Amino acid sequence: MPPTQDTRAPATRRTPPSGDPRSVLEAPDIGRALTRIAHEILERNKGPQDVVLLGIPSRGVPLARRLAARIASVEGHDVPVGALDVTMYRDDLRLRPARALEHTDLPPDGIDGRTVVLVDDVLFSGRTIRAALDALNDHGRPRLVQLAVLVDRGHRELPIRPDYVGKNLPTSMSERVSVRLEEVDGHDAVSITAAATGDSQEVTA
Amino acid sequence: MIRHLLSSADLSRDDALLVLDTAEELAAVADRPIKKLPTLRGRTVVNLFFEDSTRTRISFEAAAKRLSADVINFSAKGSSVSKGESLKDTALTLEAMGADAVVVRHGSSGAPHRLAHSGWIRGSVVNAGDGTHEHPTQALLDAFTMRRRLNVEAGSAGSTATGTGLDGRRVTIVGDVLHSRVARSNVLLLHTLGAEVTLVAPPTLLPVGVEHWPCAASYDLDGELAKSDVVMMLRVQRERMGAAFFPSAREYSRRYGLDGRRVAMLPDHAIVMHPGPMNRGMEIAADVADSARSTIVEQVTNGVSVRMAVLYLLLSGAGATEVA
Repeated sequence: MPPTQDTRAPATRRTPPSGDPRSVLEAPDIGRALTRIAHEILERNKGPQDVVLLGIPSRGVPLARRLAARIASVEGHDVPVGALDVTMYRDDLRLRPARALEHTDLPPDGIDGRTVVLVDDVLFSGRTIRAALDALNDHGRPRLVQLAVLVDRGHRELPIRPDYVGKNLPTSMSERVSVRLEEVDGHDAVSITAAATGDSQEVTA
Repeated sequence: MIRHLLSSADLSRDDALLVLDTAEELAAVADRPIKKLPTLRGRTVVNLFFEDSTRTRISFEAAAKRLSADVINFSAKGSSVSKGESLKDTALTLEAMGADAVVVRHGSSGAPHRLAHSGWIRGSVVNAGDGTHEHPTQALLDAFTMRRRLNVEAGSAGSTATGTGLDGRRVTIVGDVLHSRVARSNVLLLHTLGAEVTLVAPPTLLPVGVEHWPCAASYDLDGELAKSDVVMMLRVQRERMGAAFFPSAREYSRRYGLDGRRVAMLPDHAIVMHPGPMNRGMEIAADVADSARSTIVEQVTNGVSVRMAVLYLLLSGAGATEVA
């Protein structure tokens, strides 16, 4: 499951010519956005008590770890970090070949009664988050669930909204947003590519 | 991924590792408060068992139910098979009921292959043991158990078996190889995963043509123990033995049974496996079966995870042809 590359076949929208990726966020921008989100999480929840950060694989997990590091450096208080794989809860499993599972790793104290902040790289249709909410339900009962994303590219297909956004990025359906992270790809960057026509129909985020 | 699982030979190394890695993640479901995933909701899995089985049938049933599939159990006893219904008619009945997967155990070697390739049913076929031929999910769960026990460093946090094969591991499979589908499937799969397999049995219980299998063979158990990472004991299958293959149970047990003396000859890290059901005191001594080195109970637990992985990979998702 590559949640970085969001592609949809162009439906009725304009079809821009396929071109080079356009850089939207550079490494320092990503760093600043995460620092701001970390502060917002602390502010909204009145401190780090009871906060659990759960990254959605693959790139939500390193983002969650970075947020935790920032919260720890501000508050001097470690918050639990984990990973929540949502593959088995997706609604498009029957539309594509079976995919390998990612690792789920919940903090040892669990999530019951905690404030869970889901962390993902790109928010698009909202279907991944729906799957994540279902998965969460089978792991326990958080007191509160919030959503932090690095990029919100719009085009929601479900009534889901983020609580913390790194950058709102208006896109057309035919464009692909790709997030690259140091931990996974060797460098930090967010870019937009105008996809070639009739590319594979992939819906993530 | 392939559409049917009929033989360990169908699995490439990548396929086998995908199943084992998927099982590794699914094993965690057993530790959750809600031991269920919604993945196969609305799918029907039929357990078609023409031969007796406890653990395999229950294991497949538990696996399918943990993935939210509907499970229909069919056992030949008490069915129309005892009135003379053929495999074909049984298959057509299942197809008419809309089975998405058929897990079949049959006394005749090749029955699952026939079921998969005769056009009687459209669903996936999983071989759960056919005659003296193959039992691929048992081989997968054995490989999974070996990988977990041997490749994970004790005490080091974060060390997992995910992605690793069994390269260079020495596995000794002892006993009734002739009648054993478990041995055949294990030899093929373990070879694919890079392990070196040695079969040990009396000459009468080694199949003809074993020299063409991707493994070694020996008549001398004591000579193999010191270099084994894994010893897998096979059940002496009396129900399949029409003739005398060895003089007496006592003599078999003395030469090929795993007792405390032989276990002491194993390297410290070596594990003892048995696919079950066991004949305690025959091929394996009771205290060996219950010792810390024995993985027999673990194998049953792992069986559910591995079968969940197999059902997930065969059933979820469209066939590759349907996706652009």
